[in-house]
Amino acid sequence: MINKIKQMLAQVTDPEIPVLSLGDLGVIRNIEVDDEQVIVTITPTYSGCPAMEVMEQDIIDILTKEGRKVGLPTKIKVETQLSPAWTTDWITDKGKADLLKYGIMPPSRSGKIICPQCKSKDVELLSQFGSTACKALYRCTKCLEPFDYFKCH
Amino acid sequence: MSALYNYVLNLADNTLILGQRLSEWCGVGPFLEEDLALTNTSLDIIGQAKMLLELASEIKGDDETADDLAFMRDQHLFKNVLLVEQPNGDYAQTMLRQYMIDVYHVYLYEELSNSSHEKLAAIAEKSLKEVTYHKQRSELWIKRMALGTQESHKRMQNAMNHLWHYHHELFESNDEIDELVQQGIAANPEELHKKWDVEVKDLITQTPLEIPTTGWKATGGRVGHHSEYLGKMLCEMQFLQRAYPGCEW
Ligand SMILES: [Zn+2]
Repeated sequence: MINKIKQMLAQVTDPEIPVLSLGDLGVIRNIEVDDEQVIVTITPTYSGCPAMEVMEQDIIDILTKEGRKVGLPTKIKVETQLSPAWTTDWITDKGKADLLKYGIMPPSRSGKIICPQCKSKDVELLSQFGSTACKALYRCTKCLEPFDYFKCH
Repeated sequence: MSALYNYVLNLADNTLILGQRLSEWCGVGPFLEEDLALTNTSLDIIGQAKMLLELASEIKGDDETADDLAFMRDQHLFKNVLLVEQPNGDYAQTMLRQYMIDVYHVYLYEELSNSSHEKLAAIAEKSLKEVTYHKQRSELWIKRMALGTQESHKRMQNAMNHLWHYHHELFESNDEIDELVQQGIAANPEELHKKWDVEVKDLITQTPLEIPTTGWKATGGRVGHHSEYLGKMLCEMQFLQRAYPGCEW
């Protein structure tokens, strides 16, 4: 049953980065299911991230809709766990590859940042914050395209 | 009300009021990147306020929710320090206030990550990552402006002359806080102050900035004696919930 729930949750994506599923984003900490209810425990990325509430609702919606077909309990709860704090290290390798394909440079612990468009290493920081709190804004000095970098966190 | 409630509410109000102040820059930042950066910083800080207000509400244990605490409380019940309610002023003033708070927050949350209060520790652990990043940014701005042109230096010095007197309040203590420190719940204000002093003064010595020597120390916010600015801000921030209680969108 847990695996089925995981498959359903794979359809839920970050509303601001639609290529990244919640599983690949690494925010799902635990799934519990018994006869009465399903409890999905998630951890917030950034404390003020407005996408978190949307994700919670999306989880409830999909498990209600898809769960009905496989006989999941109708009571779905989403709980939030703060500690250990979310880190970008929990983004899966698949998630990182998808981000790059989508045009967002994934978090890089080595600090090596390349342009997602032309893969050039000649890039410059434009702003420490990009379109959302989790990203910084860079520009490629070769193809001149600006791009988002998903910051290490 | 319990000592723990008062302690958490002070932390919550500091973040709520600062977050609200920063959000005033939305759409009028000096350039687009800064506009985005400041409003994202604001969002992080309001997120911290939300977690802390939820904890305060839980400790209080009656039916007053985090939203009630934010939107239905009168000015004299707010416990934030006067520093965070000061108007944004120019960019130097906004960034110096931010830097002073960022350094405080980094040491505060570092300490509280080890608090014996499990929930407070979890909030601190989460928030520490965010404020560490904020500090990297505000620190750069202090240097950039203090070491920049004559004009930018003058503005940063003016900000310093105005805001320096407000930082002491962050480290005020009282019997309640001493008791919480003893219990391993709160961070020791005196030790935070020492660390803050070393770091901030180290940065200042790398610039031509001078610390004002008047010795005046602002105080009163923690017990609800606020400056004229808080009431005006609350009028705007609380208007909707006061006019249409329980309104959601
Ligand atoms: Zn490029």
